[in-house]
Amino acid sequence: MIYLELFLTFFKIGLFTFGGGYAMLPFIQEEVKLHGWLTDTEVINFVAVSESTPGPFAINISTYVGIETGGIFGAICATLGATLPSFIVILLVAKFYEKFKNSKVVSGCMTGLKPAAIGLIGTAVLTIGKTVFFPTAVSLASVMTFGFVSSLVIFALMFVLTMKKTHPIIIIALSAILGIVAGFIGEAI
Amino acid sequence: MNRKEKLKTVMYLFMSFFRIGAFTFGGGYAMIPLIQTEVVEKKKWITDQDILDIIAISESTPGPISINAATFIGYKICGFWGAFCATFGLVLPSVVIISLLSMVLGLVESNKIVQYAFNGIRAGVLALIIKALISMYKQCPKNLFSYIVLALAFLVVAIFNINVIYVVIGCGVIGLVHSLIVTRRNKNDIS
Repeated sequence: MIYLELFLTFFKIGLFTFGGGYAMLPFIQEEVKLHGWLTDTEVINFVAVSESTPGPFAINISTYVGIETGGIFGAICATLGATLPSFIVILLVAKFYEKFKNSKVVSGCMTGLKPAAIGLIGTAVLTIGKTVFFPTAVSLASVMTFGFVSSLVIFALMFVLTMKKTHPIIIIALSAILGIVAGFIGEAI
Repeated sequence: MNRKEKLKTVMYLFMSFFRIGAFTFGGGYAMIPLIQTEVVEKKKWITDQDILDIIAISESTPGPISINAATFIGYKICGFWGAFCATFGLVLPSVVIISLLSMVLGLVESNKIVQYAFNGIRAGVLALIIKALISMYKQCPKNLFSYIVLALAFLVVAIFNINVIYVVIGCGVIGLVHSLIVTRRNKNDIS
């Protein structure tokens, strides 16, 4: 049943993501591909949509995957699944706050989980890089195409801008405009 | 707190977090200043020190930081129903906005110009995520153990396609075992 499947999948994602936001990306990529709910390209497109709409990324993407696969009720199930682990864990932690704060077990686990989150987001970067630069297949021939070069130029420009603390929405708007320009130039040549 | 006061507090929590959910882009840390205005400055329900504790706790519990913070603040102010209303308020704008947006996206998806735009946007998103990765790396402790775990997590997923959940559990256990060994060794050194 799709509703239960959505709920359980996002419950699992919510329960095992530490660090929030993009830390969820590698899980989502893995799960939605496994279930055939969205493609890699669709996930990345949605990251952009989520950056340009208010609200937490985790909730935005669970709602989106839910509604695309199971309509409005699917959206509710997926979002509930993503929210519930946080909700339960925090209620428990709030009760045993002092113990949790000084727990050697918690701080010990965190010394492993923090670098792990970075490594995992690294794998998401790899997948996204592949979809951006090699949409069909990784090959030397595709490096010579106009699509590759224009993506590289847009990426480099945006990277410089984002390191200068440009707001994400401006980055997305600019890269959309550049994408359209590049698309028409590609058609012309 | 009597019943009427409690209802008022719970409603205020819902409205505050609804506003926070509707007006913060980027989630997580972007939300902290708004939380400060709503519950620290306006209502003085919690202090700035509480906010720091909340951030620390949200980081070391699973799930999105914003949801963790909303649940924790709601619970601290008004128990279970406080937690429920704050979290529900935070989530609701996202669910409504994304549901509406998904219909629009479905309509324009096949448009050529929209597809060109998304070709560019994906390259921009890659830059945004690498930026996020760099700032996370800056906050991470810089020692040999961290580097090994980071590389290990990356390699087993990128090359061997190991399920991400096993990697998270494994790295948590490795971190715990390592920190226990370090503490024991330090104790021995002292004695």
